Amino acid sequence: MAVTSGEAAAAAGGEAPDAVAGSFAVELEGLERDYGERVALAGISLRLEASSTLAVLGANGAGKSTLLRVLATLLRPHRGRVRVLGATLPEEAVNVRGRIGYIGHEPLLYRDLTGRENLRFHARLHGVGSERVEELLAATGMERRVAQPVAELSKGMSQRLAVARALLADPPLLLLDEPRANLDPAAADLLEPLIGRASGRTRVIVTHDIEAGLAESDIALGLRAGRQAFCEPVGPAEAARVARALFL
Amino acid sequence: MIAATLAILRKDLRVELRAREAVPAMALFAVTAFVLFHFAFDRDALDGDVAAGTLWITLLLTTVLGVNRLFVAEREQGGLEAMLLAPIDRTAIFVAKAAALFLYLVAVEVVAVPAFALLLLGPDLLGSLPALAALLLLADLGLAAVGALVGALAAETRAREVIGPLLLLPLVVPLAIAGAQATEPLFTGSGAAEDLGRWLGLMGLYATIFVLLSVALFDFLLED
Repeated sequence: MAVTSGEAAAAAGGEAPDAVAGSFAVELEGLERDYGERVALAGISLRLEASSTLAVLGANGAGKSTLLRVLATLLRPHRGRVRVLGATLPEEAVNVRGRIGYIGHEPLLYRDLTGRENLRFHARLHGVGSERVEELLAATGMERRVAQPVAELSKGMSQRLAVARALLADPPLLLLDEPRANLDPAAADLLEPLIGRASGRTRVIVTHDIEAGLAESDIALGLRAGRQAFCEPVGPAEAARVARALFL
Repeated sequence: MIAATLAILRKDLRVELRAREAVPAMALFAVTAFVLFHFAFDRDALDGDVAAGTLWITLLLTTVLGVNRLFVAEREQGGLEAMLLAPIDRTAIFVAKAAALFLYLVAVEVVAVPAFALLLLGPDLLGSLPALAALLLLADLGLAAVGALVGALAAETRAREVIGPLLLLPLVVPLAIAGAQATEPLFTGSGAAEDLGRWLGLMGLYATIFVLLSVALFDFLLED
């Protein structure tokens, strides 16, 4: 079932940076992806409007992270049609890289470099000036830890840097895999304007926290063994029903 | 592409300066191998083809260590993934990795060649040093190109520590032959080989072929 996110997002969010006017930020039609003979994703179809939020829910191994990696251009879709920010993947992946902020399981930071060195390195790759690095270090509350190697930082601090890394190019689309993992409540509040709904960006959030995921999303995609169990607007009050549909 | 290449190279050198995981291990390996050869041959000094073969095989095996370390930080810390998300020409990753490996090899040779002369070599090295340096630098170019390609390929496999050497060593046979043949006259005290230019040309051709091949293939290697 292909579902469009829309009015709820328009009511809730601001204008997405570099939004694709009049088109969907993410369009999937019959997306399939395999790992060898194992089917990781099959029959995934949805449309996500700019500035809206999709929560991707499911048990371990359901295909949530695989979906995120396909959208991030890190994995090629094997079958079906995938369009991200107006670019068809994988053919036009080069046009969309740099416009996606990706936070995966790992912070994607070099342990032997400091936070500032890491961010400056990624800023150079994205053609972003060092003032943006300092701006994000301040926004993530990391100014006083910038000279420490990442290896000496806690997981929560590394996660803050990962958020800063993902936002360097001010991307219109955020792909977030458990973005609040390892964050204390204060840090989660601090990062909310950057990666929360108030950021105005289109967001795809993978989470195991069903209630929280439903609360901050416009539509929810439920995955069960790589297949689409549902894709529809779901409120947090229906968390118990969603949990039954996905885990039982 | 130049800005991205320089950024990645600078990052690699900085990580190596902090972690010191590649160059010191490579240098130590080369010197240890020379010590072992010293005892295994049970001779005070080597010359001619035996000396040339010993030097080149040791340096080629040392390269294996460098190639195995080249993508460790990218693989274990997600660096490659982050680079793939950036809007850069992926050739920049190859060029930077090859340049880093080239610099590692030069740094190792600055230690290893004097150690070889001290521990094993009979004839005086000073007179033949310019020719030897030219041979080593050209060989390093070829090794860097093929090493970055093999390193990227092996990094994506489970048995990467095995796959790397198994792929690399057969590919560097031409360099071993050319290097040893060109160096042998230098180590007999008779000066540079008459056909030194031919061997240098062969090494240059090898480097050119693998640079072009790597540029053409590297993007495909990075696809899942």
